[in-house]
Amino acid sequence: MSKENSILKRSKSFFAEIGEMAYFAGRFFKEVFRKPFEFKELIRQCYNVGIRSLFLVVVTGFIIGLVFTLQSRPTLEEFGAVSWMPSMISVSIIREIGPVIIALICAGRIGSGIGAELGSMKVTEQIDAMEVSGTNPFKYLVVTRILAVTLMLPLLVIIGDAVALIGSAMVENLKGGVSYTLYFNMAFSSLSFSDIIPATVKTVLFGFAIGLVGTYKGYNCAKGTVGVGEASNSAVVYSSMLLFIIDFIAVFVSDIFF
Amino acid sequence: MNKEDRKIVLELKDIHKSFGKNHVLKGFNLKLYEGENLVIMGKSGSGKSVMVKSIVGLIQPDSGSITIKDHDIITMGQEELDFLRTEIGFLFQGSALYDSMTVRENLEFPLRRHKDKVKNFEGTEKSVTQALESVGLLHAIDLMPAELSGGMMRRVALARALILKPEIIMYDEPTAGLDPITSNEIIQLMRTIQKEYNTSSLIITHDVDCARVISNRIILLVDGINYAEGTYDELSTSSDPQTRAFFKN
Repeated sequence: MSKENSILKRSKSFFAEIGEMAYFAGRFFKEVFRKPFEFKELIRQCYNVGIRSLFLVVVTGFIIGLVFTLQSRPTLEEFGAVSWMPSMISVSIIREIGPVIIALICAGRIGSGIGAELGSMKVTEQIDAMEVSGTNPFKYLVVTRILAVTLMLPLLVIIGDAVALIGSAMVENLKGGVSYTLYFNMAFSSLSFSDIIPATVKTVLFGFAIGLVGTYKGYNCAKGTVGVGEASNSAVVYSSMLLFIIDFIAVFVSDIFF
Repeated sequence: MNKEDRKIVLELKDIHKSFGKNHVLKGFNLKLYEGENLVIMGKSGSGKSVMVKSIVGLIQPDSGSITIKDHDIITMGQEELDFLRTEIGFLFQGSALYDSMTVRENLEFPLRRHKDKVKNFEGTEKSVTQALESVGLLHAIDLMPAELSGGMMRRVALARALILKPEIIMYDEPTAGLDPITSNEIIQLMRTIQKEYNTSSLIITHDVDCARVISNRIILLVDGINYAEGTYDELSTSSDPQTRAFFKN
């Protein structure tokens, strides 16, 4: 009986949290078009999210391209299909692997950072202090961060994808003697808008999800340092889960339309 | 002047607030008069912070009314409330300075949200320097909060609370966590500011010395209700043992 109660209680709190997050997202859409616009803070957050994540994204992208090509080569060689390598790598990186892995990396770096920053602001009453001074902390802290991640993640993914293709081209050049020109010609000729557009739209949604979950967890952080840790941790866990759900829906929908 | 002849700037009537089964405020009442320093004392967990946060709209009471300068804050809209909040300065227990901003930016933050108010003052730069001069920390204008001591942080927080030239200042445990010398400096600063800015103050404290030096009147909050009310001398010599217990050092 107590086990059933516990499951019921957990399910209730899970659905209550989803409801609260939906309300939080609704508040974002309400506030985002309202004056005053916090351009200066938005630029600062874009710098924090974009420029500061660039190194991680470049390194990750390069290694994805490198490893993916090295791992695929023996199998394609077995079937005599090595010439398909640039097409296969470009389509899989642009459509799926690049957006998902880079978004996951960003969920770890950006989501946890936002969760911890807003969480510590909450427990040290800095958010209350903003509210008491007659300003709107939601607009200043939440709207700017969600917008910054939504705008920056597609750019980071494009850069990450490009670097992954360079990494792959390097392997092909060293192992198979394929020239860079031939590699990129083959890679791009197999790509169409139906590969690029859904993948880019998906990254916008990924960015929104990471920003939303990070700010929600931080803004509603429980008291104490434990609360900050939990906000940071659950921001990563929830946003990673949400990324896969969005990815599934996006692939399903793009399969219908493209 | 008789207390009844003075203008009431803040009034709480029959405030109730519960968190689940925990009934924290059970019909609390309060009147703050213009130019008065009213101290609220009570045990930890007696609802002092809940009460003061209800006044500035951070917590919504379950029932009762809160009137600031004849405006009922419970029924007013967000924009009206934000504007009214510029009339209230709030000193948080932990200072609550924005740690990603310098001292200057901390003080400028409320000003740039209320540009209409700055127009009535001398401009942002002058308002910031004037507020910092009032607390004796002009030299710290470009420091980050992490570079300040506890006492300095409290003083910067006080300068930030003063920046919009409020008529009412609320202090939540202004001397908590400070050594006796720094506590005394903060208390003296509160007195100076009260005279300089002619503010009405609501002070929540456990510090008996603070209450003795600064209060015109004290309310004891026990079990969510007004337990006793009077001047420091009246309450500290009360025949009621529970009242007297608050004033033992």
